[in-house]
Amino acid sequence: MFIMTGVCLLLLLLSLLFKDKLVPLKVVSGSVVVPMQKVINSVGTYVKDKHDMIEELRNLQTENVELKEQLANYKTEAKEHQQDMYELDRLRQLFELSETYPDYDMIGARVISKEAGNWFSTFVIDKGTDDGIDVDCNVMSGYGLVGIVIETGTNWARVRSIVDDTSNVSAMFINNEEFCTVAGNLATLNEGYIDVKYIDKDADVSIGDEIVTSYISDKYFPKITIGYVESITPDANNLTKSARLTPVVDFSNIQEVLVIKKVKQTVD
Amino acid sequence: MLRAIVLGFLILILYLFQTALFPFFELGGVVPNLLLVITVSFGLMRGRKEGLFVGFFCGLLIDIFSGFALGPYALLYMYLGYINGFFHRLYYVEDVLLPIIMVAVNDFFYSTVVYIVFYLMRNRLDYGKYFMEIIIPEMIYTMLATLVLYRILMKVNKALKVYEERGDL
Repeated sequence: MFIMTGVCLLLLLLSLLFKDKLVPLKVVSGSVVVPMQKVINSVGTYVKDKHDMIEELRNLQTENVELKEQLANYKTEAKEHQQDMYELDRLRQLFELSETYPDYDMIGARVISKEAGNWFSTFVIDKGTDDGIDVDCNVMSGYGLVGIVIETGTNWARVRSIVDDTSNVSAMFINNEEFCTVAGNLATLNEGYIDVKYIDKDADVSIGDEIVTSYISDKYFPKITIGYVESITPDANNLTKSARLTPVVDFSNIQEVLVIKKVKQTVD
Repeated sequence: MLRAIVLGFLILILYLFQTALFPFFELGGVVPNLLLVITVSFGLMRGRKEGLFVGFFCGLLIDIFSGFALGPYALLYMYLGYINGFFHRLYYVEDVLLPIIMVAVNDFFYSTVVYIVFYLMRNRLDYGKYFMEIIIPEMIYTMLATLVLYRILMKVNKALKVYEERGDL
């Protein structure tokens, strides 16, 4: 008992002191676990898609009793088709986005696993340094900003989404470039919004305004849509205002993301 | 030896289930804490020492893939496994109620520790809200998962026991 406590504390100390030495461990274990996660995840997604499909087919069958026999024959074919269609829809959305932000060289990736617990909103994607992804790469989805890469392996990368409780994004209002900070908040996430802090008290902002990443951020590329203002309240300090923001991305259901391969340049 | 291999394999499988099958499992934004279930179960079924080791490796796995450092989750799970080992003498093979109650208590304790370490320390004071939206759903969901998972773990343990006794002869 006491020995193991000692082992743990020693591990903790060593891993904090020699952070770089941990990398090989993560690479090894990553190359073992990530492929397995990929397989399990794709099985899960497949079964889920199939489940949805069967329900849909049942409705059709009751409507078209005469076509029942034919339907059974086409069942397997339709399944494959439907899956392709879902994918096509999603890829189309991604493609449209690529055109809105033409400057960035992006790569698509699949979400394969999430944090082992319910307190943080980080997830793992199936592309890593081999595909040109580095720490601090911006991650987007069909409509807007998803998060940022915080850790990479050769074939995986961990992304912290902007709704994570520890996430802070330097942002601005798109119409008058008033700066603010978008901070994730676990407590209000279930209600569908996160916090916007430090808006100047004289700023001319109103409900429904679009909030985008600011150009003074040292990690995020400018003018990526984050979301829309839901409500605004003055702070007790009478210097700033706070707001609630509805993100444009549906964070309860992210399957594919786009990663910008470039990292924002900063002055060292 | 076989026990160690089987347990390691089980822990890995449960970890994969918990992390990679989330689109499938998620109810109201939470997933059940399966690694806690296996820690508690083996603490109860086998006593302090085995609970401690199972907990340690569960936590270590989480640490490797998510933590900023190795150790905090390993320590937490390890203590939970060890403490559950004290209830080993209350344990009857066919009794499902005790593990479910223990899982609930442990999950509550675990969540609260995570809240204190990672949230309270960052000035997030609204414990009531986190309690209602994260802790309670996770607790209920984990209890439900225990109903199924505990029976499987019990069978695995039984099979291992048979194998080990045969080895002794």
